[in-house]
Amino acid sequence: MTPDLIYGLTGIAVFGIGLVGALCAQDRLRRVLALKLCSVGAGFLLVVGAWREPPATPDPVPHALVITGIVVMVSATAVALALIRRLQTLEATDER
Amino acid sequence: MTDPLMIFDLLLALAIVALAVASLSVRDLFSMIVLFIIFGLLSALAWVRLSAPDVALAEAAIGTGVTGALLLKTLHHLRYVSGTLGQQTALGVTPVAPVPMGIILANAGFCGLITLGLLVAFLGAPATGPGFDALVAEAMPQSGVEHPVTGVLLNFRAYDTLMEVVVLLAAVIAVWQIERGLSDAPAPVMGEVWQGFARLALPAIVVVGTYLLWVGAEAPGGAFQGGAVLAAVGLLLLLTRAYIPQPAHRGVARGAFVLGTAAFALVAILVAGGGRVAFEYPLEHAKTLILLIEGVVTLSIAVTLAALFHGREPVALSEGGRHDT
Repeated sequence: MTPDLIYGLTGIAVFGIGLVGALCAQDRLRRVLALKLCSVGAGFLLVVGAWREPPATPDPVPHALVITGIVVMVSATAVALALIRRLQTLEATDER
Repeated sequence: MTDPLMIFDLLLALAIVALAVASLSVRDLFSMIVLFIIFGLLSALAWVRLSAPDVALAEAAIGTGVTGALLLKTLHHLRYVSGTLGQQTALGVTPVAPVPMGIILANAGFCGLITLGLLVAFLGAPATGPGFDALVAEAMPQSGVEHPVTGVLLNFRAYDTLMEVVVLLAAVIAVWQIERGLSDAPAPVMGEVWQGFARLALPAIVVVGTYLLWVGAEAPGGAFQGGAVLAAVGLLLLLTRAYIPQPAHRGVARGAFVLGTAAFALVAILVAGGGRVAFEYPLEHAKTLILLIEGVVTLSIAVTLAALFHGREPVALSEGGRHDT
């Protein structure tokens, strides 16, 4: 068993858990967090794909892709959370 | 089973999966976010084991630190709006209409099938397919930097990175529009320890962030990691109320949001011409140009991430309350 196999399986498991959470969670905040878990799972698979048996150096292109993905994900999360805050405020004013 | 590092890998992998399950199944939303932050930090550790320190830094700083702060801020706002702010037992504050159990089970079943498909594809994939290693190694002398990931991000695939900065810009515009006229939850009360911590931590964070930016040319680090660490300065300043966003500062903030994208695009256009395409930096100036872009982009990222955390656009305060201008 090599690190790429162990963490590749971890990535798939995390992606699957995130997918179930995104579809089945009853709560908006939890759904956003589940999508974030999916993105981490995908990141795991890309990093595993870039890994080479040491002393060989890993492939830098997937690494750059994952860094781009992390930044895009934080932007998407910020917008989703702003929408949640707005929606919650609107619902609270409706009830009053 | 004699290799201690392999046992470490197995334990870490188990902990990561267990934390992912725990963060989605725990009832309290605050616990959910804290478990997620631990999950993110352990994932970053796993990526260090996979010799991807750049990705690990980005995940720890942006994917976990900034995302965690955003989630906590949103939770605070939701609890304020729903009137459960002071209660210890504030649980799920955003209930949606209950879904029939059958649909949930069907969804979970389909998710399981997708995951199974991914597993088969992963195990069936060739062990080490030809990557871009050789191409990148061959082109590195022309990139102007020594660190391959920075070379890929700022030179070979600079167009992706430019679009990434544009995405951040779009996000901050969207957040300002969405939150327009929204009243802000009162800031949580911070103790004196917190003020002291901020005073000690702020200079250290500035040094670490600048170092990460500078060292990116030859070692793990770079604009995004440095920018996220510097964004932490903004977060601390906002949380300790050392800096309160004023409506008059909106112009400066807007300038800072656009600065990174504008400088990046301008350099790309200016180097084009004379037989070169956009982003094909002249070799003798490559390092200077990359450092210039990284410096400006870092500043932009730091301000943008701090603004995403603050959320609402600063509006004018008057005697009667807030005015949406």
